[in-house]
Amino acid sequence: MMDAIQIEQVSKAFADTQAVSDVSLTIQAGELFGLIGPDGAGKTTLFKILVTLLRPDQGKAVVNGLDVVRDFRKLRPLIGYMPGRFSLYPDLSVEENLSFFATVFGTTIAANYELIRDIYGQLEPFKNRRAGALSGGMKQKLALCCALIHKPDVLFLDEPTTGVDAVSRKEFWEMLHRLNERGLTILVSTPYMDEAGQCDRIALMQTGRILAVDTPGGVENLFQKPLFAVKARDTYRLIQDLRAAPFTETCYAFGEYLHLTTRPSVTAGTIHGYLTGKQHEFVDIKPIKAGIEDSFMALMQDHG
Amino acid sequence: MDKAVSTDKLTKRFGDFVATNEITFDVAQGEIFGFLGANGAGKTTAIRMLCGLLKPTSGSATIAGFDVYRQTEQIKQVIGYMSQRFSLYEDLTVRENIRFYGGIYGLPKTELRRKADEIIQTLELGTVADKLVASLPLGWKQRLAFSVALVHDPRIVFLDEPTGGVDPITRRQFWDMIYEAANRGTTIFVTTHYMDEAEYCNRVSIMVDGRIKALDTPAAMKQAFGVDSMDGVFQILARGTSTK
Repeated sequence: MMDAIQIEQVSKAFADTQAVSDVSLTIQAGELFGLIGPDGAGKTTLFKILVTLLRPDQGKAVVNGLDVVRDFRKLRPLIGYMPGRFSLYPDLSVEENLSFFATVFGTTIAANYELIRDIYGQLEPFKNRRAGALSGGMKQKLALCCALIHKPDVLFLDEPTTGVDAVSRKEFWEMLHRLNERGLTILVSTPYMDEAGQCDRIALMQTGRILAVDTPGGVENLFQKPLFAVKARDTYRLIQDLRAAPFTETCYAFGEYLHLTTRPSVTAGTIHGYLTGKQHEFVDIKPIKAGIEDSFMALMQDHG
Repeated sequence: MDKAVSTDKLTKRFGDFVATNEITFDVAQGEIFGFLGANGAGKTTAIRMLCGLLKPTSGSATIAGFDVYRQTEQIKQVIGYMSQRFSLYEDLTVRENIRFYGGIYGLPKTELRRKADEIIQTLELGTVADKLVASLPLGWKQRLAFSVALVHDPRIVFLDEPTGGVDPITRRQFWDMIYEAANRGTTIFVTTHYMDEAEYCNRVSIMVDGRIKALDTPAAMKQAFGVDSMDGVFQILARGTSTK
């Protein structure tokens, strides 16, 4: 299969901040690929390099067979980019925004309507509303339409779901899957670890570096330590007591349960005995398989 | 009465749009209360009324016993506020930010100095105490912003999506701080889009189209809706009808 994106040892610094350090990554045509990492990981800088808005200090990146520096003019019509910050014209209406982006790329809304029908259909009742007056979820859908209207081969979405509620996020990912099924290559970044499972493959990023690249399942399997989910009535005291326990390596809140990693050959029985000794009530302990977030946290610690 | 927040049919209209529609709920002193809802459900409008920044259209509410119509200045003294967009001044140093906020709340000089030292020590910011806040990593800024929101020992602190964008370890360190503050008796009123964080709250409300559609402990809500996570509850409840 052809590579849609090839990144070779790309680095970029701003003043004394190394935003991207020696990143290499290959994304195949037709993949839905996720860049997962917190603010400051370098995701946006990497995106800007790939969409020809920034030149790398070092290294080379090729998108759709075109070099992002040398061939930027040829490349731009072939890619769609939805920046993390709201990128539309707030004073233009929904329809005017879309029509503007279509015109800039020398096409019309009608010519590529098929591709956005699904998404734009939900916006059409509000097509005369100013974009600035839309709700967060609607703005995000309009921005996606504007990034798609020239029918790009590769779609770059920089944190499209940040600050968006859990319901709208789920809908957004359903849209991405439908676009991806039509053959569109999609590179999407997110700080939400729970969205990693939606991607074919993911790269975990932290402070400019890539910690791991694999399928979501593969990333979960990188986690090697014994892992337990623990719950008791008094969560706050439970965290403190578990962190002080001789068998504990790390202990973090994970929703209803705490996730506890321990030294090797520690059993649920050992933990239970310790907690009973500390007068904890309604103790529930079960060995579990690590999720993406567990792996990310372990990798962060390994990388100091 | 030991209520940090108490509302009765609190309502705000903008023209013919009802942003917050007769919400009635109490928050106990020392509780961690999760205030959830989809974008546009009316959370921000409700919080602005509770902070004394926006006059309600009808209904009533008290914050630590103070009335949101008549006692907004007293309310500002007993609340702290932190939003995702930092309340910190990037071009002031760590120490200057603490002293600035403490000064606004009228802390005496010696108390200001003691507070600044205490926060810097607790957050282990000793080496960067005289550096500009702009130069700090995001997670440090967030923890500092939280401490600054507590500088005047408020009875209740409003946290509006405090953990957006931070890495998973920092996000949990932030919740450690929330637990500690609650354990010392500060009421925590928090909004978040991370559904795992909803589980850390003592009780949670979910707003849909201006109304509170559910309010209970996370465990009771999950049981009531027959799902195993707060995300499941949220997906069922929060879909709403809003397509604004």
